[in-house]
Amino acid sequence: MDLLSNLAMGFSVASTPANLVFCLIGVLLGTLIGVLPGIGATATIAMLLPITFQLEPVSSLIMLAGIYYGAQYGGSTTAILINMPGESSSAVTAIDGYQMARRGRAGIALATAALGSFFAGTVATFLVAIFAPPLTVIALKFGAAEYFSLMVLGLIMAVALAHGSVIKALAMMVLGLLLGMVGTDIYTGAPRFTLGITAYADGLNFVALAVGLFGIAEILRNLEVEQTREVMTRNIQRLMPNRQEFREMAGPVLRGTGIGSVLGILPGGGAILASFASYTMEKKLSKHPEEFGHGAIAGVAGPESANNAGAQTSFIPLLTLGIPANPVMALMIGAMIIQGIVPGPNVVSEQPMLFWGIIASMWIGNLMLVVLNLPLIGLWVKLLTVPYYVLFPIIMAMCAIGVYSVDNNTFDLYAVAFFGLLGYVMSKLRCEPAPLLLGFVLGPLLEENLRRAMILSRGDPTTFLTRPISAGLLLAALAVLVLVFLPQIRSRRDEVFTEADG
Amino acid sequence: MSTNTNDKTDQAAGLLLMGAAGFFGWQTTGLEIGTLFRMGPGYFPMILSGLLFLLGAVIFLKSFGRPGEPFGPIAWRGMMLILPAPIVFGLTVRGLGFVPALFLATLIASQASVRMRPAAALILSVAVTILSTLIFSYGLGLPFRLFGPWVQF
Repeated sequence: MDLLSNLAMGFSVASTPANLVFCLIGVLLGTLIGVLPGIGATATIAMLLPITFQLEPVSSLIMLAGIYYGAQYGGSTTAILINMPGESSSAVTAIDGYQMARRGRAGIALATAALGSFFAGTVATFLVAIFAPPLTVIALKFGAAEYFSLMVLGLIMAVALAHGSVIKALAMMVLGLLLGMVGTDIYTGAPRFTLGITAYADGLNFVALAVGLFGIAEILRNLEVEQTREVMTRNIQRLMPNRQEFREMAGPVLRGTGIGSVLGILPGGGAILASFASYTMEKKLSKHPEEFGHGAIAGVAGPESANNAGAQTSFIPLLTLGIPANPVMALMIGAMIIQGIVPGPNVVSEQPMLFWGIIASMWIGNLMLVVLNLPLIGLWVKLLTVPYYVLFPIIMAMCAIGVYSVDNNTFDLYAVAFFGLLGYVMSKLRCEPAPLLLGFVLGPLLEENLRRAMILSRGDPTTFLTRPISAGLLLAALAVLVLVFLPQIRSRRDEVFTEADG
Repeated sequence: MSTNTNDKTDQAAGLLLMGAAGFFGWQTTGLEIGTLFRMGPGYFPMILSGLLFLLGAVIFLKSFGRPGEPFGPIAWRGMMLILPAPIVFGLTVRGLGFVPALFLATLIASQASVRMRPAAALILSVAVTILSTLIFSYGLGLPFRLFGPWVQF
C-alpha cells in the first residue's frame, strides 16, 4: 500500500526525538496562550510564529501545527470555564459547555471536548492522507487562469462566512488585496505604495500585519472594560465521563466528524461553519431539544468534533493547492514562504518527507493534547486566575520581540503599531479582519496569476470562461455571492451568527 | 429612544474605506497602467482601488435613515500606551540595545491598565526583560545586541 508506506515515512519523520519535542512545545505553548482569555488561535499563532523561524522547515511547521491544535483546545477550555470563546469556532461550545460548568460538570465538558476532538482529529488525519495526494494530481493540471479563479472562489467564500455585513467583508478583502500589493512589482521592479520607504520594498511584513490585526487589536478590545471574570474552578470534580455519558456523546461525535471533515475542505473558514452546522443538527435530531442551551452534552461533543475535523481537513487545500482555507492557514502559508517552501501541488512530490511528516504530526499532536491536557487541566485553570493586567504587558513584549526577530527590521515594529490601530478601528466599525488577512496573503498570488493568464491568452479576458475548470470555479464563486445576497439566506445567516453571539 | 437615525458606524466605515481607496488610487497615478495583454504594475491596483471606493460609497450611502448601534466604550488609555510600546522598542532597540528597549516597552505597555500599581509594573518589567533575554538571546540564540552604543561607556 502506497498510503501505508507514505504514512510510515511520515511517522518516522514526525517521531524523531527533536520533532516530538517541537510538537510537544508547540502543543503546550499553543494551549498556554490559547487558554488566556480573549486570545483565539489566530492571534496565538501570529504571536508565536516568529519563534519557529529558527528551526528546520519540517520542525517549524510541525511546531506551528501543534500550536494550532493547542490554541484551539485552549480556546474551548476558556469557552467552557469562563464563557469567553477565544474565537468564533468555539463560540458554539460556550453555549452548552458553560452551562455544564455552572452545573458542576465542567470536568466532563472538558473531557468531552478533548475526546471528541481527538476522535475527529484521528479520522480527519486519515482523510487528509487519503485525499491530498490525488488532489495534487488534479492541481498540477491547473494553469494560471484556474489558479486565479480558485483564489477568487476562496476569497468570496471567506467573505460569505465572515460575521456581519457582507459588503463590509468584501471591502475588507479588497483592502487586504491592496495591502498585499505594497512592495516591489515582480514583473517591472517598480516600487508600489512604499511611500519612498525602502524598508517596505519587500512588502509589508506578514507577521507584523497578523500580530497587529489579531493580537494587539484584541488586547485593546479587552482593555475597554476591565471586568472581573467568574472562573468555574471550584467545581471540577470528575473528569472521566461515565458509560451513560459516553453513549450520549457517541452519535454527536460521529456526525460532527462527518460534517466537519466535509466543510473543512471548503475554502473560506469551513471549521467555523462546521461547528454551527453540527450544533443545529444535533438540536434538530435530539430527543430532548429543550436541553440545548442548558448544558446538553451533545451540544459540546458535536461542535467540538466538527470544529477539530474541519481544522484538520482545512490542511487539504493548503497542502495540495497552496490556497489557505482560513486565516490560520494563511499564517501557515506565510510561514512556509518564509521557510523557502512554495506551497502548492509540488510540495508532495518535491518534499515528501515534509508533506507526510506534517500529516503524521497532526495525529501525534492530537494524541499529546489528550494525554497531556486532561491531567493538566488544573494547571490551565490556575492560569485563568492570573489577572489580565499582568498578562497583556507580557504579550506585548512577546509581540515586539517576535516581530523584530523576523527580519531585524525596526520598520516592522512601526507597522505593528499601525495595524494594531487599524485592527482596533475596524473592530469598532464592525469590520472583520479575517477577509483582510486572506486578501493580503492571496493578493500577490492573485495578481501574478491574473497577469500571467492575460499574457498567455494574449489579452483575451474570456480565457477565464472558456477553460472549463476555471469557468466552473468562477460560477461557484458567483453562486455563493448571489446566495449570500438573497434575502432569505441573508436572514438565516444573521440568525446563525446572532445565536452564536448570544 | 435615540433621535439618531443614521448608522454612524457605517458612515465612518464608508468614509474611511473611500479615503483608503483614494490613497491607493492616488499612489497608482505614478505607475504604468499597461494594457490588458501586458499589465503594468498599476493595472490591478487601479481596479482594486476603484472597487474599494465603490464599496465604501455603498456602505456610506446605505447608512442613512437607518438606526445604528453605539460605538461602545473606547480604550483611549489602551491606545495611548499599548500602541507606542512597539514603536518605542523599534526606536531604541538599535541604540540602547535589546535589554533596555524591552524593559522600556514593557513598562509603557503595563501602564495601559488602571489596575497596575507602579511597583508591580517595575517588578513585572524587570522579570519579563530577564526571562526574555534568557529565552530568546541565550536559549534560542537570536542575534540581538543586548546593550547598544548609546549605553556603552
